[in-house]
Amino acid sequence: MVSSQLPILIIGNGVAGITAARTLRKLTQKPIVVVSDEAEFFFSRPALMYVFMGHMAWADIEPYESWFWEKNRIDLRFARVQHLEEGRAQLSDGSALPFETCIIATGSRPRQSSWPGSDLRGVHTFVSKSDLEQLHEAATTCRDAVVIGGGLIGVEVAEMLRSRNINVTFLVREERYWSSVIPAHESEIIEQEIVRHGVQLCLAAEVRSIDDDESGRVRSVTTTCGHTFPADLVVRTIGVEPNTVVADNSGIFVRRGIVVDNAFRTSMPNVFAIGDCCEFEDGTVEQLWYTARDHGEDVANILTGLTTSRRKRHFYNSAKFFDIEYQVFGDVPRMGGNEDVVLKQDDRRLLRIHVDEGVVRGFHSFGLRLRGETCLRMIDERSNIEDVLQRLTSIQFDAEFSQRITSHDRLYV
Amino acid sequence: MNIVTLTIPQEVVQSNVPSWLERLGAALTTMGAIVFVLGSTGAFETVPILYSVISLIVSGVGILLLTVPAGLRVTSSSMNTNVMRSPVRRRGLAGWSLGVALTLFYILLYWFPETLVHVVASLEPLSRLIRNSPADRWFLYGTLYTLAVLVFGVRMLVRYRHSRYHLLRTVSLITAQLVFAYLLPSFLAAMGEPELYVHYFWPLKYDYIFPSSLSSMWSSGEGLTQFFAVWTVAMTVVITPILTYFYGKRWYCSWICGCGALAETVGDPFRQNADTSLRAWKIERWMVHGVLLFITVVTVMLWLDHVYDNVVFGSLAQRLKDIYGFVIGAMFSGVIGVGFYPIFGSRVWCRFGCPMAAYLGILQKYMSRFRITTNGGQCISCGNCSTYCEMGIDVRAYAQRGENIVRASCVGCGVCASVCPRGVLRLESGAKQR
Ligand SMILES: Cc1cc2nc3c(=O)[nH]c(=O)nc-3n(C[C@H](O)[C@H](O)[C@H](O)COP(=O)(O)OP(=O)(O)OC[C@H]3O[C@@H](n4cnc5c(N)ncnc54)[C@H](O)[C@@H]3O)c2cc1C
Ligand code: SF4
Ligand code: SF4
Repeated sequence: MVSSQLPILIIGNGVAGITAARTLRKLTQKPIVVVSDEAEFFFSRPALMYVFMGHMAWADIEPYESWFWEKNRIDLRFARVQHLEEGRAQLSDGSALPFETCIIATGSRPRQSSWPGSDLRGVHTFVSKSDLEQLHEAATTCRDAVVIGGGLIGVEVAEMLRSRNINVTFLVREERYWSSVIPAHESEIIEQEIVRHGVQLCLAAEVRSIDDDESGRVRSVTTTCGHTFPADLVVRTIGVEPNTVVADNSGIFVRRGIVVDNAFRTSMPNVFAIGDCCEFEDGTVEQLWYTARDHGEDVANILTGLTTSRRKRHFYNSAKFFDIEYQVFGDVPRMGGNEDVVLKQDDRRLLRIHVDEGVVRGFHSFGLRLRGETCLRMIDERSNIEDVLQRLTSIQFDAEFSQRITSHDRLYV
Repeated sequence: MNIVTLTIPQEVVQSNVPSWLERLGAALTTMGAIVFVLGSTGAFETVPILYSVISLIVSGVGILLLTVPAGLRVTSSSMNTNVMRSPVRRRGLAGWSLGVALTLFYILLYWFPETLVHVVASLEPLSRLIRNSPADRWFLYGTLYTLAVLVFGVRMLVRYRHSRYHLLRTVSLITAQLVFAYLLPSFLAAMGEPELYVHYFWPLKYDYIFPSSLSSMWSSGEGLTQFFAVWTVAMTVVITPILTYFYGKRWYCSWICGCGALAETVGDPFRQNADTSLRAWKIERWMVHGVLLFITVVTVMLWLDHVYDNVVFGSLAQRLKDIYGFVIGAMFSGVIGVGFYPIFGSRVWCRFGCPMAAYLGILQKYMSRFRITTNGGQCISCGNCSTYCEMGIDVRAYAQRGENIVRASCVGCGVCASVCPRGVLRLESGAKQR
């Protein structure tokens, strides 16, 4: 009975694809097939760095034990999808897989750079399992590394390389670190943390070329203002872009990402796209773990008729810069706002509450933990900033006995 | 525009740079260990004090030199760097050798005490001094145990210096071991009183509630001993449930217990070796509750015999008691429990064998405010929490679903929350807040 049914085919076993598969399995008896050629089992991409640093073994970053898939009748296939046509997926091994519905969850790939020398030996990216393996290999003999690009992955890579005592130069194009997301005060905290860990941090450093040692290996990196940094290893972390290869090959409408409506429908019937690879009609592309996971849940609910469109959620995110944890809930603009309340303790702990017309709009924190649920509720209830300041303890999530941040720590900026 | 290069400060946080202090530490530790072994043959019989000082103090200092500078160099986020590549910490040849050595020591201690007579003899002066009685193998064991907790406790304090929770509970564990498990019983012995442990009670210290012990304590007629009899029963029946209701089992397992003290100090380097699989959890539940059942049955049988003058079970109860003492009390808690630290992680005993943990666990699961709350959707499923949970709890399985963790086995060490890079976990025992 069941086997004669056409499966729901999911391309990509990242968090988006796997969350969709798991949620679907709870809601339907239909056969589910997941195809990927990156790794046999689902793993946590943000945890790749911990494998490199030796905090965990590969198996530790796989959230489910191997029996899980069979028990839940999620059929995993190790293969690459070339393209889709007429209800069939063409695989790289020549076979074809007919499907009832297809969910494209192919994630991201590293953004291309235009500088000469980007493809020299010794130039790496850090997104996939094979990137991890190559970087691990390269780092064993490396002395001087240059990391290009001032985002979250760049800091992670700098931390990874420092854990092997490699000299790291971190080239950031902007005049301050992560200026596209956080206000200046916060940038400074992170910049100090980066150099405290022995990274040579260069701001306003735009790369002109990656230079050859005449044998096809990287020797140095040169910036537009003529500085040359010696390097036997270069990691490009200038961001990621949606991986649209399957959609491109199949004639599905693509702009930056695979364009989808609010129910994740692509331009091809019965084909959906979720996670890092999709772009909404309004042009939004959000390449985050949390977003991809939410998409996976939403698309499963939509396909089984529980809802008709994706759920609106507040923005939230988190990251870690060496020892400093960062969390954000709601809206905190990159320049801050002039009503914002900023609390700061011992130079490395900061809480910013973004306020607009007396009402709390968002929270972000550095070096301290926030209770997300309470923060989001305060935003929903349009709480008054004075009330929030009265209840500061209730939004903090640090371990018992930790120092609390209080309104005495307020910074008047 | 010109590049702005930020200067790297003088005291950069560095990791894994070997220093001469560490080499000295390694040399001293090795020397201490060799002297310890040589001395057990009686080679240093004529100089007992020198022998014990060199074998114990020198190796203790060696371990401190080996661990403290390294601990000072790591920060909260680099604490576990290279753990998975360490042969000692990750079941390499060195790890296995250490496990074998520890196991061997327990086997000698329990069943071949005559091999240790020279080591015991070297502690004679110390035993006379603080206990006013001759040294025996249990005094040797207690001394080594306490010293190990002290030395590795310092390591723990240094490595977890960023967290007040860990500082406080480690100080508490060290103090409990030093005062309640070592100095106080020694002091009682010096006074000619029985050596009682105020921080161990049934079912861990199972014989405290046996009719023979209670009635002899009671009939001793001495105020102190009688108080102790009341104390130990009250701890088991009243105070333990109350404290566990408010704080979870951690008030005992991660703040007071001696087994916990060793696990959280000497055992800390091995916490990642606890098996996190579902299979291990199944085995654990059968075993640990089986042990609790076993000791409960034995205790009830002994009491029935006591009340009905041995007509109910005859010698059976006594025989079962002896079996329990051998299999669980000696083999499990010592040989496997500590000897296998490097192989199965630091809480093998606490997880699979300890009846107190089972009792506390039932209380924690069904009648406690303690829980680990999770921060909504912030989990990135990285697995640090599950990897470093010494009880082998798959913390991530709950965290990634945004569920609170309420597990009988959680000892509330708080390490999962510390190693989480996204601030997802928090140990809580307050009333639910809005
Ligand atoms: C180093 C690093 C750190 C990160 N840290 C964070 C973080 O801390 N927080 C956060 O929110 N986000 C983080 N991200 C981003 C986050 O990992 C992604 O947003 C998330 O993984 C996207 O999930 P996904 O399922 O859409 O795609 P992916 O996880 O990229 O999975 C896509 C899968 O599809 C496979 N695939 C692609 N094409 C095909 C094909 N044709 N056939 C078969 N299989 C195919 C790929 O091989 C891949 O396995 C990080 C990313 C990286 C690289
Ligand atoms: S769940 Fe966390 S607090 Fe509980 S034992 Fe494991 S690591 Fe410790
Ligand atoms: S709770 Fe924290 S440590 Fe555990 S998997 Fe989630 S992010 Fe990682």
